[in-house]
Amino acid sequence: MSLSDSWDVLVLGLVLGSLYAVIAIGYTLVYGVLQLLNFAHSEVFMAGGFGGVIALTIVEPAVDPSGMQSAVYVLLGICAGAILGGTIAFGLEKAAYRPLRRRNAPRLVFLITAIGASFFLYNLAGKLFGRYPIAMPTMYENKTVFTVFGTRVSITQLIIVGAALVMLAAVDVIVNRTKLGSGIRAVAQDPEVASLMGVDIDKVVSRTFVLGGLLGGVAGFLFGTNLQVEYTMGFLPGITAFAAAVLGGIGNVRGAVLGGLLLGVVEAFTVEIWSDAWRYVGAFAVLVLVLMFRPTGLLGERVGRAA
Amino acid sequence: MSTNLDKDALPQPGDAATDGPTPLLELRDLHVYYGAIEALKGVSLTVPHGQVVALLGANGAGKSTTLKAASGMLRPRTGDVLLRGERVDGIKSHELVRFGIGHVPEGRRVFARMTILENLKMGAYRLRRPDPTDLERVFTLFPVLAERRKQIAGTLSGGEQQMLAIGRALMGKPDLLLLDEPSMGLAPLIVQQIFEILREINEQGTTLLLVEQNASQALRLADYGYVLETGAVVMSDQADALLSDPRVRAAYLGEAVE
Repeated sequence: MSLSDSWDVLVLGLVLGSLYAVIAIGYTLVYGVLQLLNFAHSEVFMAGGFGGVIALTIVEPAVDPSGMQSAVYVLLGICAGAILGGTIAFGLEKAAYRPLRRRNAPRLVFLITAIGASFFLYNLAGKLFGRYPIAMPTMYENKTVFTVFGTRVSITQLIIVGAALVMLAAVDVIVNRTKLGSGIRAVAQDPEVASLMGVDIDKVVSRTFVLGGLLGGVAGFLFGTNLQVEYTMGFLPGITAFAAAVLGGIGNVRGAVLGGLLLGVVEAFTVEIWSDAWRYVGAFAVLVLVLMFRPTGLLGERVGRAA
Repeated sequence: MSTNLDKDALPQPGDAATDGPTPLLELRDLHVYYGAIEALKGVSLTVPHGQVVALLGANGAGKSTTLKAASGMLRPRTGDVLLRGERVDGIKSHELVRFGIGHVPEGRRVFARMTILENLKMGAYRLRRPDPTDLERVFTLFPVLAERRKQIAGTLSGGEQQMLAIGRALMGKPDLLLLDEPSMGLAPLIVQQIFEILREINEQGTTLLLVEQNASQALRLADYGYVLETGAVVMSDQADALLSDPRVRAAYLGEAVE
């Protein structure tokens, strides 16, 4: 592999990793406030993909869109993905998890419920939209925008990384600088005392799901950009992003970003060096190795600080 | 420990304090259960405006449970919690703080991974617009917190964490401060310091309901005291009367019965 090939692969990995990072934040925030592994988050991601397809199918993009039109289509897709992702996440918490919290159900019940909700949601999508891939309407011509060190960066890659950066920055501000963020961090550390400070735990939990859902939904749309969406599309990216959250130290937002980028890059290099069949082997081998030596993940000692 | 207290000779719970205006806090015949276990078997007490009321008793007597019932952390099965004469039992703790209750929980429970300043800001979470003079007030009461405002709370000593827990509760502008064993596990000198600050807080107009195993410290600060045993009030009187009562001295101050 030549040096310029390595650059290509690195860019590929970082683009993929930035998506994993955005999805991983959804897992890590929910884990922070509820100690819940929300496996249904992969279906929130899937819903975002369908949200984008539905919205764009309704507006029917022009055949040869101007730059302005393309930008509008992309923004529309992002908004639709966010709205559907946020709505599914909101409903999921209300319908599936809140009743369990009311009854003080054991952890295992939450986990089984999460898996059940995941099955329910992706099969529902399969029933509603068909069990076959659906192409994302073309929003722009995916040409090379610029070249760094001989590596061509495409519009799609630019959009994905740009949107991911904006979302990651927004989450960082929300978690560390806003009232909702201080509520999230307080609930993550000690829910009982947080409520003594006047924090409405139900409200914070619900909004945490919505925040994670907005991000997951946008990631779903971005993932489907210039590709296709399918009712099962959530599974592998979801599991990988979950692994990224664990790798970074679950409960820790910056850890999720680090874990996501790392797994994206490892995945890209694994595919390049061996073959596509090895795609997930490399990333998960890294996960296992890191957890053997750092069971709390890379930044795992700061769980609850969520920063 | 002697539990041989003569119940017949006691005044009825709270009757010295119920005369006069509506008390700030009144608990009436509280029964609280943990599952099938009855932790409080009909506790009644009153906390008048501006006073310091001490709640004494051994481990497991129900002191913390009483505080938790008062701040909405636990829901009594029967009995009333009245705040300024209004029933508030059944209101959840995050809503009850708006009624002016601050609860400093047992074991301090500061947010260990937040800084001192972040902890104090959490204390003002309920307020739409935090009052900067509250922060100044806390820093004046506890200068050590001002010096270390950027320090992570988990790295503070036990005494400093206790100060932070009290300061955090004050940030919510409570009229009534519930304190659960503020002296627990602290060196005598620190305990003294904390009790002096509690006196100051009371003199500034905050009413205190204080749970303590350190009976002599608590009674020297308090106006009125209640003694709990196995979930029921067995004694209540003016603090100085309790302090000189031979039964209290024998049971809670480690003196031999004369």
